[in-house]
Amino acid sequence: MTQIITTPNIDKPDDFYEQLLAIHEGLTKQQSDNVNASLILILANHIGDQKILSEALEMAKTTK
Amino acid sequence: MVDVRYNIAFKLYPYAQVKDQTADKPKRHKVVVIGGGPIGLATALDLGLKGIPVLLLDDHDGISMGSKAICFSKRALEIVDRLGCCDAMVDKGVVWNLGKVFHKDSKVYDFNLLAEKHHYRPAFINLQQPYFEKYIFEGIERAIENGAPIEIRGRNRLTSLVQHDDYVTLDVDTPDGQYQVEADWLIACDGASSPTRKMMGLGFEGRIFEDNFLIADVKMTADFPTERWFWFEPSFKGSGHSALLHKQPDNLWRIDFQLGWDIDREKELKPENIRARVDAMLGDKVDYELEWTSIYTFQCRRMEKFLHGRVIFAGDSAHQVSPFGARGANSGIQDVDNLAWKLQLVIEGKAPKSLLNSYSEERVAAANENISNSTRATDFITPKSDISKTFRNSVLKLAKQYEFARPLVNSGRLSLPAIYDGSSLNSADTTNLPDRTRAGAPITDAPLADGWLLHQLTNGFYLMCIDAKAPNNLKINGIDINTLTLSSKDHPILAERYLGDAKSAIYLIRPDQHVAARWYEYNADEITKALKIASNNNGKAL
Ligand SMILES: Cc1cc2nc3c(=O)[nH]c(=O)nc-3n(C[C@H](O)[C@H](O)[C@H](O)COP(=O)(O)OP(=O)(O)OC[C@H]3O[C@@H](n4cnc5c(N)ncnc54)[C@H](O)[C@@H]3O)c2cc1C
Repeated sequence: MTQIITTPNIDKPDDFYEQLLAIHEGLTKQQSDNVNASLILILANHIGDQKILSEALEMAKTTK
Repeated sequence: MVDVRYNIAFKLYPYAQVKDQTADKPKRHKVVVIGGGPIGLATALDLGLKGIPVLLLDDHDGISMGSKAICFSKRALEIVDRLGCCDAMVDKGVVWNLGKVFHKDSKVYDFNLLAEKHHYRPAFINLQQPYFEKYIFEGIERAIENGAPIEIRGRNRLTSLVQHDDYVTLDVDTPDGQYQVEADWLIACDGASSPTRKMMGLGFEGRIFEDNFLIADVKMTADFPTERWFWFEPSFKGSGHSALLHKQPDNLWRIDFQLGWDIDREKELKPENIRARVDAMLGDKVDYELEWTSIYTFQCRRMEKFLHGRVIFAGDSAHQVSPFGARGANSGIQDVDNLAWKLQLVIEGKAPKSLLNSYSEERVAAANENISNSTRATDFITPKSDISKTFRNSVLKLAKQYEFARPLVNSGRLSLPAIYDGSSLNSADTTNLPDRTRAGAPITDAPLADGWLLHQLTNGFYLMCIDAKAPNNLKINGIDINTLTLSSKDHPILAERYLGDAKSAIYLIRPDQHVAARWYEYNADEITKALKIASNNNGKAL
């Protein structure tokens, strides 16, 4: 059974993080929210697996 | 006093005084149905066709004006087909397949219902609710002519009731004053604000959506296509947060505008204000008449259980949903389908009263499914927070470009029939027969050499034998089981839907055309056991 990956899995974490911030540059709060929402939806579809998605949602919830 | 609360589209059962009103003591009836909406009428017809005497009381003398429901789904049509009323509906109704979804002024995508082939009835028709009710009423008239024991009393309003151990006493108001009747069984089909439910002090819990919807049925000859058009945040002026355009028969179009919560109802209902909105939507050049307009708020709620002693709730009195997904009348008709045969067996002494618990059990589960679907659609259409609106609009933006986001767009999921998975009336399934026809599922129609499968299953319990043999005329605990023998060779679609890879199959089918049990081959003991489970009757004296 697949489980959500909680160990490092991104090849170049600094590169990814830089790009993540870059796409938000110059955006208003609402535009950033829109972009984030789209990003979540795109990634969620890529993952697809309901169980992983649900684990990810629960994990994220604890950081509120 | 029986005041008139709404206008009548078809006056069908004018008030007339009857003997009960002047009798020395209250007349006892087997079944009294309160309410002549679609659900009450269908209940009376189903029971009457089964030979159960039924008296229907409605506080008006015909069918309410104004189109509420317009979309009727295949399962509801199949059920009224069993009651002999479907042809007129399908003849009159509009069949549609195409839908378009817009966001602001551009199209997000279009979809085709792509209804599965090889079913007698269409996936959906659009038909004004008054016609739907009228055709059921005409079915009642035909049934009465053929001897069905059905009586309808117009302008008879239930005003109070007392429940006893094995009957109910009703106070009924008429233009000639009050009288009393008694009922072995009372079926409350008196709508979402059910007076019966209130008289009994029973709860109706759920969610109220803080939103108003303006509904306008407009008559026009303009040539819009027979499609369902739905706008999120439409760009035409004053249309509110969403809008819907959908065709009905008689050149009538249903238009819905979502107006928000803080509105001045009276102002919004002024014809000139409605016309301003409709003009903005259809364009100035289109000629139309306003047939009927109204403002609704929506709720999703249900009773905890639908059976209370001798009083049974069905339709909107038991559960209420928002109209997105067309689940109100469609699910109410399935209540009727589920209830009528069970009540018949109980009344005829062929099953214990406890069988009726399964009505509540199965239909509460169905109501939960409908409420969940309607709530999800409503939450998508009317986002309740900034973030849910952000997500909603991101879905719409993505859906325009990327196919993956389209299944997330929810402007109402079309109503599919309930499958009674886990019902106490199902027998354990040890086969690998196709999933869609498992125990609890409604029969999927299939073409036969000379007709349709569902038309063969209209009169009680059936054993359907495909490439298998079973004795004719089985009778178990006084319950007749009809045998229907079919061959896969003559019926490839039937074989695909009911055999899959198996060589043979036997299905035990309930009178509401749901599967109760299935096997590969005939086994007398297994069938007896399954029928006992499906009728809640273990053979002990009732
Ligand atoms: C805008 C709108 C759109 C809808 N669209 C759809 C759709 O597309 N598809 C769908 O399936 N559903 C739809 N619905 C829901 C559908 O209209 C209802 O589910 C349906 O009318 C319920 O039928 P009913 O017989 O349970 O109750 P009702 O139709 O409310 O009938 C109740 C009857 O009981 C009578 N009555 C009440 N009190 C008493 C009393 N004390 N004594 C005697 N009689 C009494 C009333 O006069 C009435 O005749 C829609 C609803 C709305 C508002």
